[in-house]
Amino acid sequence: MKRLIPVLITSIVGTVLVFSVFFPMAETWGEDFSLFFDIIAVFAFFLGGGNLVRVHLIKVLNKKGDWKFSIVTLIAFAITLTAGLFKFGSVDIAASVTAEGTWMQTIFNNIIAPLSSTMYALLAFFVASASYRAFRAKNREATILLIAAFIILLGRTPLGMFMTGWIPEWFSIAQIPNLAVWIMNGPNLAGQRAILIGVGLGVVAMSLRLILGMDRTYLGSDHD
Amino acid sequence: MNTRMKEIIATVAIVAFFLICKYVLPKPLEFSPLVSNLIIGAMAVVFIIILIRTLQGKYIERRIVFLLVGIALLLPFFMQFDLPLQVSPEVKATYDALESLPPGSKVLASFDYDPPSAPELQPMADAFMQYAFENDLKVIIMGLWPQGPQQANQSIEAAFVANPALREKVEYGVDYVNLGFQAGNEFVIVGMGKGFRSMFPTDMNGTPYDSIPLVKNITNFGNIDFSLNFSAGKPGTVEWVQVGVDRYKLRMAAGNTAVQAPAVYPYLNAGQIVGLMGGMSGAAEFEKITGKTGKATTYLLSQSSAHLVVIGLIIIGNVAFFREKKGGK
Repeated sequence: MKRLIPVLITSIVGTVLVFSVFFPMAETWGEDFSLFFDIIAVFAFFLGGGNLVRVHLIKVLNKKGDWKFSIVTLIAFAITLTAGLFKFGSVDIAASVTAEGTWMQTIFNNIIAPLSSTMYALLAFFVASASYRAFRAKNREATILLIAAFIILLGRTPLGMFMTGWIPEWFSIAQIPNLAVWIMNGPNLAGQRAILIGVGLGVVAMSLRLILGMDRTYLGSDHD
Repeated sequence: MNTRMKEIIATVAIVAFFLICKYVLPKPLEFSPLVSNLIIGAMAVVFIIILIRTLQGKYIERRIVFLLVGIALLLPFFMQFDLPLQVSPEVKATYDALESLPPGSKVLASFDYDPPSAPELQPMADAFMQYAFENDLKVIIMGLWPQGPQQANQSIEAAFVANPALREKVEYGVDYVNLGFQAGNEFVIVGMGKGFRSMFPTDMNGTPYDSIPLVKNITNFGNIDFSLNFSAGKPGTVEWVQVGVDRYKLRMAAGNTAVQAPAVYPYLNAGQIVGLMGGMSGAAEFEKITGKTGKATTYLLSQSSAHLVVIGLIIIGNVAFFREKKGGK
């Protein structure tokens, strides 16, 4: 029963959503089911928050590796949650939680935004280091990839035009920015389309397996 | 001196440099062309030294690579260079689509990104917002990412700073509105196809949908003239195309991160989106074509410099690789 009910729900929802595309009479059912998704998505925020607290609290209590960082996470979570729930700094409780001057907006502007950007910006350093050590023209495929990477790296900046802008108009295809456009509209497009079609077919196959109850891995194991 | 001490000194030096630039210097620091060229020459010498050491089998340490990338990113902010920028066909198509809109047209702008992607997407959003306000386009803002609408607020503020007259000219609720974030990914777009009101009963400030002059007569996508999506992933441009464009015939262009843009090209080529701005270069091209030079143009020089460093390091690594291969090592 524990597994049968979720499988039944999945099958019914999946079947209705497929039918709603092909049969106008079932169209509103599909829209209603979509609204259920919105409601479930809201609950997921609660579950996500609860899970975050549980995981880090256990880590702190058991003093597992890097538990001190978990304290920072929990404090940051508590402060942000409090600032958002009680709308500190807001002119009145009905005003927006993200209005200028609220604690929430201050946290967003001065902590979340710069920290998130910094984390992402670190990628540039690691990519450079990894490229120096590992990006090698070991075989024909790797060489093609390397050349394409150079063209895109230069073609997507003014450097491409700076270096090859002297090439006459009748042979402008050899200008690096134009080569970059050709790569994006030719080989890249073909590859992306192949991936899209492959993914589409895979989704159809996977959806059928889920609807028919042949794939139950999403339910977890019996021991969970 | 141990490594920890070196790290502390480097960190203190960087922080001190920024504090001096921000609070001590009377005006923004700017190198003369001579100093700029000297710095480029010095970087070239450093690369030759790295090449020689690598050929000797001594790979440079990771922190040196980090330092080089850091310098390459930082120094262009203080240099004077004017590199040629060519506007790509996909950016021009975006601009042409916006230009074809008559004053008063309603443009739906979905901000589907968060701060990590802001360096690439925020400049194009800033330029779009200023362009829209100056050309009397009515902007309806929303977000499928929780922090998207806050990014939109930053763009609005940036537009007001760039053109102070707009602060008086445009009015919230009449010329633009921020409907805020709604959870549910592509199902939000499905719901909006049925009715905007059901997905956004209030705007970001809690004002009821029907009390907002700009949107009270907007039922669904049929009342929207154009849509521009700033996206850093899922949900984003792909979901907007699959639901908004294919099902509800929305006319749309997109601004994407450089990583995401290649995956969006099939939709551009098929005519499902009319234009595309990809990454920092797309943002800079959009700034150029709209005549609103901003952050992207500045950042692009920095990015170009970092690209050169990466290419240089890859070439050095490969030269050493082939030399080792030839030597049978």
